[in-house]
Amino acid sequence: MKVTLFATCLVDMFHSNVGKATVELLEKLGCEIEFPQGQICCGQPAYNSGYVKDAKQAMKHMITVFEQAEYIVTPSGSCATMFKEYPHILKDEPDWQHRAQLVANKTYELTQFIVQVLKREDLGATLNGKATVHTSCHMTRLLGAKSEPFTLLNNVQGLEVIPLDKSQDCCGFGGTFSVKMGQISEQMVDEKVSHIEDSKADFLIGADCGCLMNIKGRIDRKKSPVTVLHIAEVLNSQ
Amino acid sequence: MSIKIGEGPFHQRVEKGLNNPFMRGAVSSAQERFQQRKASAIEELGNWEEWRSLGEEIRQHTIEHLDFYLNQLSENIIKRGGHVFFAATAEEANHYIRDVVQSKNGKKVVKSKSMVTEEISLNACLEEAGCEVIETDLGEYILQVDDHDPPSHIVTPALHKNKEQIRDVFKAKLGYTKSEMPEELALHARELLRKEFLSADIGITGCNFAVAESGSISLVTNEGNARLVTALPKTQITVMGMERIVPTFEELDILVSLLTRSAVGQKLTSYVTALTGPRTEGEVDGPEEFHLVIVDNGRSSILGTDFQSVLQCIRCAACINVCPVYRHVGGHSYGSIYPGPIGAVLTPLLEGYEDHKELPYASTLCAACSEACPVKIPLHDLLHKHRQVIVEREGKAPVSEKLIMKAFGFGISSPALYQMGSKFAPMAMKPFVGENQSISKGPGPLKSWTDSREFPAPDQERFRDWMKSRAKGGRIDENRYRS
Repeated sequence: MKVTLFATCLVDMFHSNVGKATVELLEKLGCEIEFPQGQICCGQPAYNSGYVKDAKQAMKHMITVFEQAEYIVTPSGSCATMFKEYPHILKDEPDWQHRAQLVANKTYELTQFIVQVLKREDLGATLNGKATVHTSCHMTRLLGAKSEPFTLLNNVQGLEVIPLDKSQDCCGFGGTFSVKMGQISEQMVDEKVSHIEDSKADFLIGADCGCLMNIKGRIDRKKSPVTVLHIAEVLNSQ
Repeated sequence: MSIKIGEGPFHQRVEKGLNNPFMRGAVSSAQERFQQRKASAIEELGNWEEWRSLGEEIRQHTIEHLDFYLNQLSENIIKRGGHVFFAATAEEANHYIRDVVQSKNGKKVVKSKSMVTEEISLNACLEEAGCEVIETDLGEYILQVDDHDPPSHIVTPALHKNKEQIRDVFKAKLGYTKSEMPEELALHARELLRKEFLSADIGITGCNFAVAESGSISLVTNEGNARLVTALPKTQITVMGMERIVPTFEELDILVSLLTRSAVGQKLTSYVTALTGPRTEGEVDGPEEFHLVIVDNGRSSILGTDFQSVLQCIRCAACINVCPVYRHVGGHSYGSIYPGPIGAVLTPLLEGYEDHKELPYASTLCAACSEACPVKIPLHDLLHKHRQVIVEREGKAPVSEKLIMKAFGFGISSPALYQMGSKFAPMAMKPFVGENQSISKGPGPLKSWTDSREFPAPDQERFRDWMKSRAKGGRIDENRYRS
């Protein structure tokens, strides 16, 4: 199966390990990975901040980069959601809306793709310890990918997945919110990290580099002993 | 007072909120309580998503045919001997009500809870005209007694106060001598309020929903105070936002079911009252005279815009009760009597962006509000829509932000610019990177992040470059997951 990888700008610039793990994992599962070098940011930071015209330019570029793909897979629930939003955002330009719809239809967040399309649940991964999961807002509320990460993590050898109090609460990232409303964002991530610490988990696992960057940033600042991992890294660990 | 409350710019108000541990404790525990109660109430009801869809459908239909239903409502009220006044502005509403009160030589007014009267600053207008105005909803009463502290929540206005603070207010203002037990506090207020009900000339209520087919006004309460406000004084004035209307009792049933569960997690409140006009011959109670004041005050200008769905709101505060931003900053930070996600959407629509341009940004767009809304208002979409208006129509976005959007290549179609920006990021950030490969003191806008968090150093090799070299047969570092 041919998979076109949409890495996301955060993975490209800050979390290349997540990209590498995604590639290796999908290859192990029998996928052939294609990576269009023309890909840039999906436009979400601009879009969410109200710069819709600017975002549309990025979106159109991304559509031309990805429209030939068979499957588009991304290790980010939020960026997958953005691709799914493209047709709605471009609704006033029917041609583009149509092309955006075709792109949206074949876009999958990584764990969704593995469970729904590849129909795999036990990937033979091993990680020893206790983990709790950050279920990102866009991934769960907007994309609707709620169960897939748990389905996959429950099959990881040696890993005990434990509940996280107030797991449905936002971590306070929110893209530019994290700097625009830095003080509020700080309180939100602090509360999130407190719940993570209270869970006594060794690992905090998530499927969105934005949230993870935020949570890890606070964990590192507090010198908390929790290790933050992207789910691709966990599923690719032996 | 108008919609706007509090002093100082947004960030100052937020700072004040964040530094108020009593308020934050009270809000946090209230949110938790509301969420738990709501969860069990909707589970008991079953098919919640279908109920929400029905609620949405009813509200959309009503708003689309608002002129028809308002006309029907008005005709039915007049038929029953009531008076109806359409107020285009807050001023028109206040002046009409003041004139009615004065024509009755009214000196004392008792009120049940009403956000729209807060919105139009009715109390101030009546007090200026020499009337004594007494709030009889316990939450509103506490705030009024506490030197007109503004509401911080649309259903439980004194949410920001804990019981010890309320005890202290009562001690200082009402000669209260007992403990902080809610029962004792409530009893004291009840004893004082009972005298006010008995001696009031005019009763003023809000309106949860008006029923067009019968000309009825429905009030959803727990304390019973609205019953006394409408039963004892000879003149009743009801003030409603022009969108608070349902076609028939059948829709009222559904919306009240959604409202009580969403607001306070109750199957039903202690009282759901429907009042139809003044007392007629043969009836034993009810006011001699009844006036309905229908307030527009900016609502009709929302009709037909991208924001129309905000008029679906039934003021249940479910969005406020789940909002993590609200939890930390509290209601007063919003600088509006309508706080939380619904307030951040509604306030700029009613009062303009000038004083409220930060509100749409006081959200991570996490969509908890949209998910909680019993009538499916896409609140996070509307917050986003406001941002678009602020940036693209109002031109109110800060220059620094515009530069960031461009400089980081976000939202720019040029792959070349993105390539260049991302390639040189490691070099540009190098002076700020510490030993642990992260940035502890970021420059410019990053400072706000690094005040409380580490920011990752850009990878030396971008993922795309790794892919490129891998395609050429490059190897992978086997140990990279072990940190």
